[in-house]
Amino acid sequence: MIEKNSALVENAIKEYYFNHFDLICVPPKISQREFGYQKINGGMIRHVAIKDIKELHLLLMQETPSDVYCSNAYYSFPNMPMSEKDWKGADLIFDIDAKDLALPCRNDHSVSRCSACNDVILGKQNVCTKCGSTKSETVSVTCKNCIEESKKEVKKLVRILVDDLGIKNEEIEVYFSGNEGFHVRAINSNYEVLGSQERADLVDYIMFNGAIPETFGIKKQNNSKSTLPEMGELGWRGRAALALFGSKSKAPKVSRQVILDGYSAFQIRLEGMRQTIGARVDPKVTMDIHRVFRLEGSINSKSGFSKIKCENLDSFDPFLNACLLGEEKVDIVANCPVSIRLKNKKYGPYANERTSVPKYTAVYMICKGLASVI
Amino acid sequence: MDLAKYPFLAEAGDYLRDKGFNLEQLGHPDWAPLVEKAYGRIVVASSGQIYGSELERLENADMEILSFIVAVILLKAAGIHTLTRRFSLAEARRAEKYLQQDLWSSKDKKNLDLPLKIIQELFGVQVTVENDEFVIKVADYLQRAVHFHEKEWKLVNRRVQHGFVYLTAHETVRLIRTELGQYINSKIQSITLPAIPDTFKVRVQDLVLLASKFSDAPVVSSDYPPCVKHAIEVLEKGENLPHSGRFLLATYLLARGQTTDQIAPLFKNAPDYNERITRYQLEHISGSSGKGTKYQCPSCNKLRSENLCFAIPACDGIINPIQFGKKRGKTND
Repeated sequence: MIEKNSALVENAIKEYYFNHFDLICVPPKISQREFGYQKINGGMIRHVAIKDIKELHLLLMQETPSDVYCSNAYYSFPNMPMSEKDWKGADLIFDIDAKDLALPCRNDHSVSRCSACNDVILGKQNVCTKCGSTKSETVSVTCKNCIEESKKEVKKLVRILVDDLGIKNEEIEVYFSGNEGFHVRAINSNYEVLGSQERADLVDYIMFNGAIPETFGIKKQNNSKSTLPEMGELGWRGRAALALFGSKSKAPKVSRQVILDGYSAFQIRLEGMRQTIGARVDPKVTMDIHRVFRLEGSINSKSGFSKIKCENLDSFDPFLNACLLGEEKVDIVANCPVSIRLKNKKYGPYANERTSVPKYTAVYMICKGLASVI
Repeated sequence: MDLAKYPFLAEAGDYLRDKGFNLEQLGHPDWAPLVEKAYGRIVVASSGQIYGSELERLENADMEILSFIVAVILLKAAGIHTLTRRFSLAEARRAEKYLQQDLWSSKDKKNLDLPLKIIQELFGVQVTVENDEFVIKVADYLQRAVHFHEKEWKLVNRRVQHGFVYLTAHETVRLIRTELGQYINSKIQSITLPAIPDTFKVRVQDLVLLASKFSDAPVVSSDYPPCVKHAIEVLEKGENLPHSGRFLLATYLLARGQTTDQIAPLFKNAPDYNERITRYQLEHISGSSGKGTKYQCPSCNKLRSENLCFAIPACDGIINPIQFGKKRGKTND
């Protein structure tokens, strides 16, 4: 990031941590967590131990990190090298990213930015039309539809955590990730001891991966004796029944057909259901028991939005609720082929034009590489 | 009666004292049958089989418990880890049978208390009973089931409700088998060996001799690909290797020129080991019986789809485990 831009972003972040430090929610056992942070244009600094919330405040004010992370794990010695930390346990964490949902709207709000001449064009392009360079970066402007679809995945996940895994609602916290998705943290002592391999199987459960027809009463041999689950059943059997039958009245007819279609056909059905009834989380994040996860309440430098708690997921609007930087006007040159709506006001599209916008809008476009301070 | 089923629960020293025995007495020729029984118990275990006690005729439960204690002393004196491990595993499987029986006849509440107590106190797994099912916490389940490779053990293929997994008696016991073996093993490791009578010493010598036979077993070569090593490890731990894994192991070793006689002992630790069937199947795979078709080692692709692939960088560029090591050699030339 060029100096004028980074100065603006850094200043906006400093102001945020000064005014909104109360929004930072450090998970319990702060002194046993590993912290990590990044400065603009800087590398990742990890293995930082923090005694208490005051020390964290000091760090944020002194360093003005562009991104702050905190481990899901707790250790005896969080500042030691990984092998000597003495791992004690870790919260269950989940990342739902709109990028992984591969929604059809994706193309409409993705722009391609040439790495050589910085020219920006809507959609994907392999060769820059302006300078002929083949190196480009795809930038996605946060979109309402992506957020709404991600919310559906969050709801599926939370239902599974509560109904199947016995985690209480009050033990689950849902956060907007600060860019294009949601982070979920579950703090429940039953699960904190699980290792990576166990979490991998837990994630397969949540995503409905690896289900076999036998689980749903479909037999490989003697198929005519198969019996399908009923809609009222709990867990995956019940969810699969609901997905298969749609309604109770259709159950007998559909059931006969499904059994008639046989074992292999059911395997294909299960594969299809995985997409609709499984919660689409990023398995790598949940399996990682040493991950530093974006700190709740901190700024995400991919957008300038805050990773903010969603008290009411349905009504949560990131373009309003997570947009918390300063409001004073900043003069910029914007090259942003997609319009964005922040705090109920529409900005753009801009074709390499000078404009004056509130700081939060300027930072958003600068973080995406779609604008520059004059 | 309960201790006869689960003799590892007895504190050997306390038990002998309570019964008014000491080792010196047991060294008396009158007790020779006991030492023979103990020795037999180890011999049976070393061959990969389960020592069967006919509990119905267990008018002499003391003999069952004492023979276990003496077996432990013999093993400790011989100090051969492979033998102790095999014994622990076989005793675990023997106990598993009784645990399952006790859980199965759960209508009779009397029988249920002990197995549940064993599972809870030895392994910290709380099991409750709901109708005919055994209920354990999801985390307790995952910590054990992830070591099994069959798809039905994946959590997604289990009935899961409100943080609990529902299991049958057989599945519950199966889940703790490895720990039971480890528990018995560690218990043997932890005892301090008393001075032993001369009658014991003869049998200790025999055990050393017995163990030397194991050196005939095929050695795990470091040139084996990770999938084959994994299969051997699973079997060595006495874990169940799925059919596809056993097939991989057999076809791979046959292709490397080993004989069925050399391969068969590898399967001895399999929970369902049966020498006759193993030999029959190996001969069938090798093409020396049946229609004479020689089966080939499955491809890397196939193994990947069966969750049996544990590729390492040295696997780059091969499409069948048989090529492991060979391809690499070629590029180095």
